[in-house]
Amino acid sequence: MALASHRHISSCLCSIHSSLCYSTRPEMERSSLQRQLANLKKSLFDQGNLDEQFDQLEELQDDASPNFVEEVVTLFFRDSSRLVANIEQAIEKSPRDYGSLDALVHQLKDSASSIGAAKMMKECTVFREYCDKRNLEGCLRSFQKVKKEHSTLRLKLENYFQLLRQVGPAEKATRSGN
Amino acid sequence: MAVDAEAQFHVLAVDDSLMDRKLIERLLKTSSSFQVTTVDSGSKALQVLGLKEEHQTSTSALSPQHNEIEVNLVITDYCMPGMTGYDLLKKIKESSSLKDIPVVIMSSENVPSRINRCLEGGAEEFFLKPVQLSDMRRLGPHILKGKHKEQQQLHQEENSNNNNMSNKRKVMDEEILSESTRLRFSSSSLNLI
Repeated sequence: MALASHRHISSCLCSIHSSLCYSTRPEMERSSLQRQLANLKKSLFDQGNLDEQFDQLEELQDDASPNFVEEVVTLFFRDSSRLVANIEQAIEKSPRDYGSLDALVHQLKDSASSIGAAKMMKECTVFREYCDKRNLEGCLRSFQKVKKEHSTLRLKLENYFQLLRQVGPAEKATRSGN
Repeated sequence: MAVDAEAQFHVLAVDDSLMDRKLIERLLKTSSSFQVTTVDSGSKALQVLGLKEEHQTSTSALSPQHNEIEVNLVITDYCMPGMTGYDLLKKIKESSSLKDIPVVIMSSENVPSRINRCLEGGAEEFFLKPVQLSDMRRLGPHILKGKHKEQQQLHQEENSNNNNMSNKRKVMDEEILSESTRLRFSSSSLNLI
């Protein structure tokens, strides 16, 4: 990959790899990573994966708790994965208990709201509406969407934290100066 | 952020979700130099508060044990398995030794009847989840209602200058954030200051 492509960063994974291969000056490498980070974050918000609650979490991170956001997100995926698995079981059970199913989706939605996972929250709301109407097909469709968003969000956030680690602790100070 | 060694405000946070406990702890510690203890159930909260839970409905069944930890405020989730936040609230308010401790309830659901029930049951505030930094400002007056009121006021004056620089950005951001968060809870804004 040509050096020129370094400046026109998209948020695709290969660009992260290419920046690591280059032995450019440290400042240039850092500012490239910072751009990637900014683009990824912008994408998360523009695509509606995250909302301002995520900003709130970042506000709570400081020197005393430097990995706070990642820790909370990790806990979220721990909870949400368990809930998704339980929902999977509940939805396949016969006869279906829509009350229990709804309770699980409700928990998932609450969990999502803590980190600002907006799209997941929206999909959960739709899912709950189908539970209410005992509409199995609707439930199955919206569950697919929930699972898809869950995977997408997880991947994007993993990339996000990886970039954050690469950029290093000075990132926070630099970002506020931008 | 340096913790004031003489910090007197001790908050007991109760929530069955580890993620939410982590969040509320950070919110409390970020907004003020609170000392924070977190537990995952109402019964554990009562243990920390020094009450032994008896399985009787009569209030006299709750006998205060040796109170190991001084708690100035309890903040609890509403929906918990076993003892709900409301149950915990009632037990605290029915105890002669604990009834003056302010209790705040958190819930992800905006249900007016639930909110009223909690407030009528003696809760000072009702926070909608996800709890925000701006919500933490609503705790201040309730902490001051507790013991050591004069000492707390002195500490506030001493610390406000020390913490000014590090908290400045956070306070400014709070102002910005509070504008957007107010809208979420505007229909039942229950500020009891």
